[in-house]
Amino acid sequence: MKRIRILVAKPGLDGHDRGAKVVSMALRDAGMEVIYTGLRQSPSDIVNAALQEDADVIGLSILSGAHMRICERILELMKEKGIAEKPVVVGGIIPHGDAEKLKKKGIAEVFGPGTSLNHLEKRIREVAGDK
Amino acid sequence: MFDQKKLKQIREELDQWQEKEVDRALGKHPERSERFETSFGESLERLYSPHSVENADYLEDLGFPGSFPFTRGVQPTMYRGKLWTMRQYAGFGTAQESNKRYKYLLSQGQTGLSVAFDLPTQIGFDSDHEMSDGEVGRVGVAISSLGDMETLFDGIPLAKVSTSMTINSTAAILLAMYVAVAEKQGVKPEQLKGTIQNDILKEYIARGTYIFPPEPSMRIITDIFEYCSENLPLFNTISVSGYHIREAGADAVQEVAFTLADGIEYVKAAIDANLDPDVFGKRISFFFGAHNNFFEEIAKFRAARRLWARIMKERFGAADKRALMMRFHTQTAGSTLTAQQPQNNIVRVAYQALAAVLGGTQSLHTNSFDEAIGLPTEESVRVALRTQQLIAHETGVTDSVDPLGGSYLVEYLTNRIEEQASSYIEKIDELGGMIRAIEEGYVQREILDTAYRTQKEIEGSDRVVIGMNKFTSEHAEVPEDILELDGLVEKKQHQRLAELRETRNADSVRKSISRLQKAAENGENIMPSIIEAVSNYATLGEITSALKDIFGEYTESVII
Repeated sequence: MKRIRILVAKPGLDGHDRGAKVVSMALRDAGMEVIYTGLRQSPSDIVNAALQEDADVIGLSILSGAHMRICERILELMKEKGIAEKPVVVGGIIPHGDAEKLKKKGIAEVFGPGTSLNHLEKRIREVAGDK
Repeated sequence: MFDQKKLKQIREELDQWQEKEVDRALGKHPERSERFETSFGESLERLYSPHSVENADYLEDLGFPGSFPFTRGVQPTMYRGKLWTMRQYAGFGTAQESNKRYKYLLSQGQTGLSVAFDLPTQIGFDSDHEMSDGEVGRVGVAISSLGDMETLFDGIPLAKVSTSMTINSTAAILLAMYVAVAEKQGVKPEQLKGTIQNDILKEYIARGTYIFPPEPSMRIITDIFEYCSENLPLFNTISVSGYHIREAGADAVQEVAFTLADGIEYVKAAIDANLDPDVFGKRISFFFGAHNNFFEEIAKFRAARRLWARIMKERFGAADKRALMMRFHTQTAGSTLTAQQPQNNIVRVAYQALAAVLGGTQSLHTNSFDEAIGLPTEESVRVALRTQQLIAHETGVTDSVDPLGGSYLVEYLTNRIEEQASSYIEKIDELGGMIRAIEEGYVQREILDTAYRTQKEIEGSDRVVIGMNKFTSEHAEVPEDILELDGLVEKKQHQRLAELRETRNADSVRKSISRLQKAAENGENIMPSIIEAVSNYATLGEITSALKDIFGEYTESVII
């Protein structure tokens, strides 16, 4: 089984990093390679990091309500850079209606509050094509 | 507190009770768990009795409400005299929309305002800056200039209401705007009542809205302290915040320890800036979370109050009673809310709020039940406010002061939390103080370890979360009614800013910005020049970026 490389990023100005950090620790314990960006990453910072790190999956954590705009920007930039096929997953306070819209736009999965770490790990393996 | 002979007798009978009654009961039914624990990982006994607090000295450790060490409360009559301030944190969208929400809350019996700013405002970007894209008006109201602040408080008499502003690295700018708006209303600075959070250290630890490195940040803070002690004597110039530390994953002991360690750092900085702890100490307030574990939380508030009084007296030699007393705001713990079965959150919030009241809080925010899903609606905010009003007017818990004082369990927990928090503070002292401990990532790592442990406990169902890992429902409950933000907020803000930049006097903006930079460079107090700059309609982003030129920017040390 190939080791999955995941970039965990905090886009925008949101400072709530408990989720991103706990998820990073859990995925690392589950045997993935985790690159955590820290706070305040612009969409282009994130896409560049995904390229440089050759990430298999990009995980975004957004609790500020800016998810629609930020995800759109990141998906656009990924297309421009030719990495549109890489799966992007998002976690945070994302209203149900928005989650549906995000999936239509190409986000592979949305994890809301209360998601278990087991489920998260399983879904990330699935979207990474490692079943 | 107890007679030695009596204590001996109690201990003997306790042993007998253990052997006869307890062992027999356990033989029939084992207990629900092998171990019952506090949030900070200590084992809880089956029963607390006088032997659990046998070393306590009533007069020294508890005393009387309104007297040192304030364990039982900061006022002699507490809620018999005056209820706590019911203060719901609110703000979203444009200044105009938030102004409407404030007027609504005041009309519903709320007694103070608490302003939530959006992230660009908190981090010093104007609404039309690239980094503000998608964030304008999201987690709070967008304020880029004095014009926005004038709209925000339009028709709200600043001489009468007290306003709390959750603002940290840009606190000096927002406070300057508040002073300028008041002046336009004919209200003098010395009449203004309220609080600015102004607690940068917990931003590095847990909340993330820092701009400048620690050293210039601490200097800005002491400039604010100094300016306010002369000009806004009724304003609380800092709200040292444990809330965000707790929300980031800390347990009750870490919340108290890290918050008070931050407090110590601010007092040291103020003393270095030649401020008198007896004067300045009166303007420090605190902010804690109210979490789920009911008795532990009550004990936490009492322990924090006692420990702070002792620190101010013993470490800093303060003598004025008001400088020794810890006054604090409380918010119920957002991280305990679930998106599943959201109505359950109303009950969670009620218990947490009750703990805050039994712990003697000075003001309280109760969360709305829909906050794990999105921004609260007018209806959910009303239920949250009514929860406080129910506690205040129907339960009777406000009729005697510190009603749980003397409970063996609560007193024992109060002692333990104080002891444990003190050892943490000693550890931080050894590391060279809180700034060093933060720069080394020590504090962040301690919190993250607890957060990860908590998450694993939830996963393993060692920690029950109703509706999430126990008593779950088959069908997902999605509330229909969620607050949708005006999609045009960002555009409206862009327009307002474009108009502002055209109509204001560009020359006076430029001059006041360069005066500010000189003051920042020369070590003069920067508050007067910030007030001048905002009065000339220099924007928040312009002022922040001028200061970045002088002070530089902080980059986080990422720890995982």
